[in-house]
Amino acid sequence: MPRSHFPRVPPALRLAAGPLPPAPLGAMLGLLVRHLAREHPGILRRMGPHAGRSFLIDPTDLPFLLLLRPATGALSAHRRTWPPAHDARLAGPLAAFLAMLHGTEDGDALFFSRDLTIEGDTEAVLALRNALDDAEIDLTEELATVSGPLAAPLRRTLALAERITGLALHRAEPTGDYT
Amino acid sequence: MDLTIGPNAFFWDAAAVDAFYARLAEAPVARVAIGEWVCSKRLPFWQDAIAAAVERLQAAGKEVALASLALVTLKRERRLTADLAAAGLTVEVNDLTALRHIPDGTPFWVGPMVNVYNESTLRWLARRGATRICLPPELPLASIAVLAAAGREAGVAVEVWGHGRLPLAISGRCYHARLHDRAKDGCQFVCGEDPDGREVDTLDGQKFLVVNGVQTMSQSTASMALQAEALRAAGVAALRLSPQTGDFAGICRDYAELLAGRMTGAALAASLVGRVPGGRLSDGFPAGPSGAHWSGAA
Amino acid sequence: MMELVCPAGTPAALRAAVTAGAHAVYCGFADETNARNFPGLNFSREEMAGGVAFAHARGARVLVAINTFPRAGGEPLWHRAVADAEAAGADAVILADLGLLAHAAEHHPGLRRHLSVQAAAANPDAINLYTEAFGVRRVVLPRVLSVEEIAAINREIDVETEVFVFGGLCVMAEGRCSLSSYATGRSPNMNGVCSPASHVAYAEEGPELAARLGGFTIHRTPKHAPAPYPTLCKGCFTSGAETGHIFEDPVSLDATRLIPALARAGVAALKIEGRQRSRAYVAQVVRSFRAAVEAQEAGRPLPEGALARLTEGQATTTGAYAKTWR
Repeated sequence: MPRSHFPRVPPALRLAAGPLPPAPLGAMLGLLVRHLAREHPGILRRMGPHAGRSFLIDPTDLPFLLLLRPATGALSAHRRTWPPAHDARLAGPLAAFLAMLHGTEDGDALFFSRDLTIEGDTEAVLALRNALDDAEIDLTEELATVSGPLAAPLRRTLALAERITGLALHRAEPTGDYT
Repeated sequence: MDLTIGPNAFFWDAAAVDAFYARLAEAPVARVAIGEWVCSKRLPFWQDAIAAAVERLQAAGKEVALASLALVTLKRERRLTADLAAAGLTVEVNDLTALRHIPDGTPFWVGPMVNVYNESTLRWLARRGATRICLPPELPLASIAVLAAAGREAGVAVEVWGHGRLPLAISGRCYHARLHDRAKDGCQFVCGEDPDGREVDTLDGQKFLVVNGVQTMSQSTASMALQAEALRAAGVAALRLSPQTGDFAGICRDYAELLAGRMTGAALAASLVGRVPGGRLSDGFPAGPSGAHWSGAA
Repeated sequence: MMELVCPAGTPAALRAAVTAGAHAVYCGFADETNARNFPGLNFSREEMAGGVAFAHARGARVLVAINTFPRAGGEPLWHRAVADAEAAGADAVILADLGLLAHAAEHHPGLRRHLSVQAAAANPDAINLYTEAFGVRRVVLPRVLSVEEIAAINREIDVETEVFVFGGLCVMAEGRCSLSSYATGRSPNMNGVCSPASHVAYAEEGPELAARLGGFTIHRTPKHAPAPYPTLCKGCFTSGAETGHIFEDPVSLDATRLIPALARAGVAALKIEGRQRSRAYVAQVVRSFRAAVEAQEAGRPLPEGALARLTEGQATTTGAYAKTWR
C-alpha cells in the first residue's frame, strides 16, 4: 500500500512557523473554534460527554502541537518540547487532518492506514470524527467569516496555498446528483 | 430451583454418549434436553444413541426434550428439524425454524440460542406454547429478574445458564476445519479430537475462547455457584448445566447439594476449578463488568 | 432494478448517499435502539424528519433500523422509536426482536416492517414464520448463506430479500453473537455495539503496537504497518501450534462481481454496510454501486475496480456467498 500519499507542509513554511505559530494565527485559532461552536451546535451535541475531553492534535509536519477542548471552545498551540496533558492524541500530516475535516477522506481508512494514529480515549476520538463529519465544515469559508474585512484576500491566499501545497483547505463539493 | 441438563455441545462418539447418559440417569437432575444443536454433520455418528438415552432418562423419572439445531441453512437440516417436531417428544427450540413445525399451542422449550431479551418476546413465545425458556447467557441479573417475573405470570419456567463453557457465537464457517486448513465440507470431523473444544489464546497467552466446530465458546466455564442465591431470589426456576467431559454426574450432584443448601457456593466453586476443562470459571454475564469476569477468588 | 440500500450514520451522510444515487437509506436514532450505537453517530427525532423529507424530495426511501433487542423492563424506549419513525415519515422499520415485531404489527399496522439481519432468519421456514406472524415484507439475509442457498430461499418465500454486498463483514451469525460482551460487557444485541471503542486500548510495546479489547489482546502489528480496528472476530490468536486470524482475516466484503448472480437468485435489494463511515466514503461507494446496478439492469458489463481505493490495503472477500469460504 502506498503509505501516505498526503503532501507534507514544505520545510520552508515549517521553519517560518517557528516553535509556536505567529501570534495573529494563534489568536485566529481561538476565534475560529468559537465561531465553529456557534455555527455548528450539532458538533457539541453529537459529542455529548466526549466534548469535555481534551484532544492533542499533532500535525507531524508542523513544528507545534494543538490542544482542542470542544466543550469550552478552546484551541491553543503548544511547543513540542512541552506537550500539554490530554485525554486523546491524534497524530498525522496536516493534510490528513484537513482531508478528514473536509470529507475528502474517510476517517476509518485514515486510521487503518495509520496516516492518522490515535492514542488514549479512542471513543472520544470517534465521537469527534463523527461529529465533524456531519458538520460539513469548510475551513476556508469559516476562516473568511471570522476575518471580517480580510475575507476576500484570505480566500485568494488560501486558494493559492491549496494549489501550491495540495492541502485540502475547503470542503469537497458533492459531484452533483446521480441522475 | 432445580437442574436442567442442556444438550451436549461437543462431538462425542456414540459410545461416549451412551456412557454419559447412563451416568446422568443416576444424577439428581429434573430434566434433560438431548440432541445435536451445533453441527448437523455430526448427527449420523451418534443419533442411534439418542433413543436409548431418552428411554433410560425417562425411566429414571426425568423430563426429556429433543434439542433442535441452532443454525439451519441446508435442506437436510430443515428436514431434520421438521422430523424432530414429529417425533412425539417435547422439542427444545434453538432456532425459530423449529417453531414453524410445532403446531400452535403444543408445549415446547426454548433454548439459550433464541433471543429472549424482554417480556414481550417471552409472552409471545408463551402464547405459542413455550413452557420453559433458558435465557441467553449474556443477560445481566436485572433483566433476568424482570423476565423471571414475567415468566411466572405467563406460566413459563425461566432458566439461566448455570454451568459450562458459554456458547458465544455460531457461524456458517467451521473454525475447527479452518485450523486444520480444511473447508467445512471436507472437515473430516476434526472437532471430534477436542471433546471440550479447542482452546484459542490471545497473542499474549491469555486464555480466551474455545472453538467447537462452527461454534465459538468461552474458554472459561461459566458457573453460577456464587450467584445461585441471587438467581433464586430473582425467581429463576432452574439452572442449566451444559455437558463436559470428566465427572459431569458428580458436578450435577454438587450443584444439587448447593441448591439444597448442603454445600456453599464457595465450596462448590473451589471444587469445580480442578474439574472443568481449562480450570477457569466465570460468572461475569449476570454479575460482573463482562462475561469473562469471575466474582470469586481468582 | 435492484434497490440499493445505503448507510447513513449522520444527516450529512444521508444527504451524501441520496445525492450519490441511493434508492434507499437506512439509519437509526441516537440511542441503544439501533445496532450502530456509536459515539457521535445517528439521528435525533428532528434530524430523522429532516432526513426523510430530504430523501423523499429526491425519490429515495428511508428505512429506520430499530434492530437491537429491547431491554427487559425498558421496552417503552423501543416502542417510542417505532412510533417516532412512523411519525417522521419513514418508509419502513427494520426490526429483529419478536416482541417488538409483535408490538409494531399490532400498534403500527400501516408501517412497513423489514426483518433485520440481526434476527438471523437463514432459511424459508424461519422467514415464513416471521412473514406469517408479523407481516414482514422484506428479510435481510444473514451473511452465512451461499448464492445458491439464497436462490433456493427465494423460491420458497413470498417476501423480498435484501443482502449485504459491501463493507464490514460479520463472520458469525448476526444477532447470535456475545463475543463482544464476553470481553467488554457490551454487545450488539443489548447495546448496539460490537468491540466498542470505549474498551479499546492501544499500546506501543517495543517494536509493536498492541491493540486490546477489554484487556484481551486482539492483535499486534509492527509499528507503522496498517493496524485494523480491534474487532474481536478479526483478531489474531493462537491455538495449539497455529497462530493467525483463526476466525476471519481483517478483510471486508465486496460482492460487486456477484451482482448478476444475486439478481438471478431473485434478490430485491443490495445493502451496503458502513453507518460508521464518513460521508465521503458513503458517497463514493454508493455512486459506484449505483453505476453497477444500472449496468446490471441494462445488461451491460459491470464497471471494474471503482472501489479498490476504499478497501486499499485491505483484502476483500465474497464471504459466505462462495461456498468455499466455509
